[in-house]
Amino acid sequence: MAKTVYQRPKSLKEAIFHYCPGCGHSIAHRIVAEVIDELDIRGITIGVPPAGCAVLAYNYFDVDMIEAPHGRGPAMASAIKRALPDRVVFSYQGDGDLAAIGIAESFHAANRGENITIIFINNAVYGMTGGQMAPTTMLEQKTTTSPLGRNKKLDGYPVKVSEIFSQLRGVTYLERCMVNSPANVNKTKKAIKKAFQCQIDGHGFSLIEILSPCPTNWKMSAVNSCKWIDEVMSKEFPPGVFKDNIYAATKTAEVDS
Amino acid sequence: MNKVLMSGNFIICEAAIRAGCRFYAGYPITPQNEIPEYMAEHIRKVEGGVFIQSESEIAAINMIAGASAAGLRVMTSSSSPGISLKQEGISSMAACELPGVIVNIMRGGPGLGNIRPSQGDYFQATRGGGHGDYRTIVLAPATGQELADLTMAAFDLADKYRNPAMILADGMMGQMMEPVIFKKPKPRQYNEKFMLRGAGKGKSKFIRGLLLDPIDSEEHNWKLARKYEVITKNEPLHEEYKMDDAQMVIVAYGTAARIAKGAIKRLREQGMKVGLFRPITLWPFPEQQLRSLSSKIKHFLVFEMSTGQMLEDVRLALQGYADIKFHGRPGGAVPTPAELANVIARVYERTINN
Repeated sequence: MAKTVYQRPKSLKEAIFHYCPGCGHSIAHRIVAEVIDELDIRGITIGVPPAGCAVLAYNYFDVDMIEAPHGRGPAMASAIKRALPDRVVFSYQGDGDLAAIGIAESFHAANRGENITIIFINNAVYGMTGGQMAPTTMLEQKTTTSPLGRNKKLDGYPVKVSEIFSQLRGVTYLERCMVNSPANVNKTKKAIKKAFQCQIDGHGFSLIEILSPCPTNWKMSAVNSCKWIDEVMSKEFPPGVFKDNIYAATKTAEVDS
Repeated sequence: MNKVLMSGNFIICEAAIRAGCRFYAGYPITPQNEIPEYMAEHIRKVEGGVFIQSESEIAAINMIAGASAAGLRVMTSSSSPGISLKQEGISSMAACELPGVIVNIMRGGPGLGNIRPSQGDYFQATRGGGHGDYRTIVLAPATGQELADLTMAAFDLADKYRNPAMILADGMMGQMMEPVIFKKPKPRQYNEKFMLRGAGKGKSKFIRGLLLDPIDSEEHNWKLARKYEVITKNEPLHEEYKMDDAQMVIVAYGTAARIAKGAIKRLREQGMKVGLFRPITLWPFPEQQLRSLSSKIKHFLVFEMSTGQMLEDVRLALQGYADIKFHGRPGGAVPTPAELANVIARVYERTINN
């Protein structure tokens, strides 16, 4: 008998991703689905996809989902979690969704310490609309709305979401990962699992930032996109655990009970 | 049930909680601050009741959308400029067919305007307000008792048609104290199949407003339009006051209708045959009911605390069968009944007695 070593996670529908070749979204979807399977929470999970490339995430995730208007995912997710505290609620957001139009919703959900998980895809560009400058676009990076490269005097600086959000006392777990190599994909999956577990245990807000390739809008090959994350993007956005208060939260919970 | 004396904003809250509202999100803005304050204290006393002071009006409306999808009865409130911010979410709730109640305690506009009572948001409320082909059910209370009754009705209508419903009142209604009896609310009827509560062992569901295929999207728009037709046919409400022998009809809603009643009492004492037609639902507008009056009455005067917004619906309803005059006090100005009576009397002298 052949041993199955790789198969579609149960929490993913039998559908072909519409994402471009080399895009990080399909990898992120898959590992989120694997984590949902492994934690056996498919039936109690509610996801909130964003406006952006992942707007059709409900075509792929086989969990209950509600599409949020652009940037409003964390407001919706906060409310769903408050309404149904025993469900696992996550919002899935891009850099425009989280760090530009939805910065207020994301920041305040984090600051309230909502017991939800945000999966944050940082690909330094607005993907779905065709490659415009994002809040996380690198300095000097050329996009359709920064044709001469991002100019700090005109366009400001890349927004460091993990660094900023880790300062908020409402945040329990926050890690920045990458999906540009098999080893990094495994690391990212572990981080996502830790974040979901943090929520299941009632420890509060978790956010996983994922540096994710966008070969189409970066105008690079898939391989060079993965290299660019290593050589350029991760210098501005260093990976790592920015906050881990899970242990402290566990202790507080013990004292409370 | 005992009669109690309460301010309008508190009446709305108490009626909402009694009607089973279990989720409120809102942001402070005058003249409706008593609503989030009351909800912060009282909705949390009810089992499962959630209050969130949101970071913005935009967050508040999207919070109630989320909690509505999760199956709760939900409400948010604001005043004019804040309601403008909520339009994104109201359009989204209409698209996703999520029930919810939005309270607008109107103030003077446009822009920041002022914090005095006004009726300048009629167009925004009745035309949908946000983008796309949709409608919001709009109820316009004129008394403390109606604030209670129509708030309860708004939850029922929102559930029945899976659409946002709005209470459109103003700073006067919100701040004024009046006696009220809270009636027993109807039991909630809302099918669990519309709720998003996790797939369990079954098939997963999704709620969305994005329909990339134009034919799917067109069909969704027609489906909504058919629903709006049913609402238009079944739900219009209005009140008639001293209409039996009226030769001139004042058309006014909310606070303006209260002032008009005061004016009409004065005019009747002077022998002028003036009556009031008060739309209670602004959308659906009681169009047929108003039109049917035009077979015997030829003189109408629309009075609004605006430059003339409901006026357009009155024109559409009367279709040129009657003469329509208008008097307006926009921007937060509120006339006294005596002042309005003088205006009506002048028009009456020129038209009926001429």
